[in-house]
Amino acid sequence: MSEAPAVGETPRYYVPHTSVWPIVGSVALFIMAYGLVTMIHQTTDKVAAEGTHGVWIFYIGLGIVAFMLFGWFGTVIRESVTGMNSGLMDRSYRMGMQWFIVSEVMFFAAFFGALFYARVISVPWLAGAGSNLETHTFLWPDFADVWPLFMTPGGTETEAMEAWGLPFINTVILVTSSVTVTFAHWALKKSQRIALGVWLAITVLLGAFFLLLQVVEYAEAYEELGLTLGSGIYGSTFFMLTGFHGAHVTMGTVMLAVMLFRVFSGHFTPENHFAFEATSWYWHFVDVVWLFLFTFVYWF
Amino acid sequence: MIAHADTIPKQRHPLIAFLLRWLLTTNHKEIGTLYLCLAFLLFFIGGAMAMVVRLELFQPGLQFTQPDFYNQMVTLHGLIMVFGAVMPAFVGLANWLVPLMIGAPDMALPRLNNFSFWILPFAFILLLSSMFMEGGAPNFGWTFYAPLSTTYGPPSTDYFILGVHLMGVSSVLGAINVMVTILNMRAPGMTLFRMPLFVWTWLITAFLLIMAMPVLAGAVTMMLTDRHFGTSFFEASGGGDPVLFQHVFWFFGHPEVYIMILPGFGIASQIIPTFARKKLFGYHSMVIATIAIALLSFIVWGHHMFAAGMPLAAELFFMYATMLIAVPTGVKVFNWVATMWRGSMTFETPMLFAVGFVIMFTIGGFSGLMLALVPADFQYHDTFFVVAHFHYVLYPGAIFGTMAAVYYWLPKWSGRMYDERLGKIHFWTATIAVNLTFFPMHFSGLAGMPRRIVDYSIAFADFNMLSSIGAGLLGLTQILFLYIVVKALTSGEKVTDAQVWEGAEGLEWTLPSPAPLHSFETPPVIEPDDAHAAADRA
Repeated sequence: MSEAPAVGETPRYYVPHTSVWPIVGSVALFIMAYGLVTMIHQTTDKVAAEGTHGVWIFYIGLGIVAFMLFGWFGTVIRESVTGMNSGLMDRSYRMGMQWFIVSEVMFFAAFFGALFYARVISVPWLAGAGSNLETHTFLWPDFADVWPLFMTPGGTETEAMEAWGLPFINTVILVTSSVTVTFAHWALKKSQRIALGVWLAITVLLGAFFLLLQVVEYAEAYEELGLTLGSGIYGSTFFMLTGFHGAHVTMGTVMLAVMLFRVFSGHFTPENHFAFEATSWYWHFVDVVWLFLFTFVYWF
Repeated sequence: MIAHADTIPKQRHPLIAFLLRWLLTTNHKEIGTLYLCLAFLLFFIGGAMAMVVRLELFQPGLQFTQPDFYNQMVTLHGLIMVFGAVMPAFVGLANWLVPLMIGAPDMALPRLNNFSFWILPFAFILLLSSMFMEGGAPNFGWTFYAPLSTTYGPPSTDYFILGVHLMGVSSVLGAINVMVTILNMRAPGMTLFRMPLFVWTWLITAFLLIMAMPVLAGAVTMMLTDRHFGTSFFEASGGGDPVLFQHVFWFFGHPEVYIMILPGFGIASQIIPTFARKKLFGYHSMVIATIAIALLSFIVWGHHMFAAGMPLAAELFFMYATMLIAVPTGVKVFNWVATMWRGSMTFETPMLFAVGFVIMFTIGGFSGLMLALVPADFQYHDTFFVVAHFHYVLYPGAIFGTMAAVYYWLPKWSGRMYDERLGKIHFWTATIAVNLTFFPMHFSGLAGMPRRIVDYSIAFADFNMLSSIGAGLLGLTQILFLYIVVKALTSGEKVTDAQVWEGAEGLEWTLPSPAPLHSFETPPVIEPDDAHAAADRA
């Protein structure tokens, strides 16, 4: 922080107008949360709630969130384009995005923690490891400690997802997309607008292709392998980790598509393109998470 | 210079203008006020629930509540006090004070600041509405252990889960904002090691929030899928483990404990030097101790689960790691005492609360050391001894810290002085009431009274009656606090001096009282030997 400017040349720190978007977002999140719970209650057997309006409430909330993001980011873009942002503010945005990614890392850490706990502790213990022989003998004497868990203590069976099929192809796709988004960034910094558009478009397509293959993989898991959310801790961790990762890829692809649209609209200069950079950070983060996923969920 | 504009035209209906002002504001002081008001409101709601609990425990037997409703009250009391009272109060203080203390014009991300706040009321609407649902409110304790919350939780548990998600979003966004503000918005010359201790403790608290809250989100997400989508994270017959829930929860939960106390440390470190009229003793060691406490908080979560079933090696590891925390905490207590040593002490209300904080927090720290011992904990676990322990660190810790802060900075915020006589009455009655409420719990707990049970053996009747009388008194003293604050704001003596307290140091005291809506439009310059530079002894 030693680069803080001297007094005379203090930059303006733009403190925005009152803004309507945060409260719109808060209300939308509330509607989404209420709709989601209502939808879950109406569609799962545990709570027999009447009706089907939950899903519509959820979509309304989601729609308002999208509207809010559109409006909020639109405002920020206008401020940026009209030069209201100082270098100091640019750094605030950068740091904000970096800490947001840190928080996302910790969100995934919770699910990876569950995976490692199951593999290293709960499954061996249920099979009698350590001082747990009695649990094994009296509760589930037939249960064996293997991973992937082909049969749960309760007797639910499943097959494992093979790492070197679709998942490996997806790994190649995602790593390639991290490279192409970097090429796009280099092109942007050299003002090569056509190369920028091409590389970015390729990145978006790779993201979408990854998602498509993920859907194919899920269909295969459910229909051919019998691997479902309900097939024990292997299925639970598999779908929780890949599902949340997939949700992040979806978000990332949408963000990249928005960047592509902004490139077509002539936004971004070699010096000022924070939104593009933030998106590419996010994309690299999603990529790195996938490498961990591929290693610990599919491979070993 | 700041570019800002009041976009709300003056000709609007006053009520609409009022609503728009508070709904749309991006000003750190107004948002800080919103946080503090919400925290105060929820403090009273959570307090009312505690009153129900203590009323029921006044005598053995079932008097006023049914067991299930009692469990709901215990659960909501905990959740509301943790997520609704203490955390928002500290975020409110951060909003008000951090920009003033580091010489910034506002928070780094003002719109995000508004977003962080306004998510919260909706989260608590989700949580509190569960009381009126079929099957009642969550009834599994604020720690919501599986399978109580998964297999056996009432339908309203799902609203609770989404409420926790919203609180998590709010906390993470708020923490990012504080973090970025402190790292990026300091005035020229305000190096990290010239920052006031309150700013330091909040920097570290923000880090803990960013690291811990997403893990809580993961925990409740797994709960949701276990409840409705057939996963078996916390279900042994599927290869999972209910104890896994406790691991994930406490990985969040222990840093959370420090989230609820570190800003209190910072407040004590601001107030004690002012009224001892000495510089804070050992500024650097205070900062390093705070960092050490924060890092240790990530490797001690197992001490909440000694009785749940862990290998011996894990129990020993968590025991020693936990006892290690006593070292940096001891450094802090030593430094506060050493700051007071041979100071020209006066005991205005903020100082009383700060000294009370140091003494009674230390009592809670000592009982924490007792609980850290594995063999001893096997006996204390899930008894009222634990309740006594964490209420000693939270009430005279977090709550007294917040109240000390309100008394100390209220004249700066509002330009009006509180009634010193009433403030002193508030402190002494609250101190007597806190000890009357929570000290007997040590004894009933050591004698074996389990927590979270609606009824108890007649052998514990006397201790419980004392606790309940103390709790009633404690509730009344907080109504006195409300009166004192309202009286100060409406008819308190006007403060004209920027330097409200003669011994106070820090940038906030260079601004007029009340502090103008927009604080440092031109950043102040901090020289190393400036009288207002935060304790710099390099």
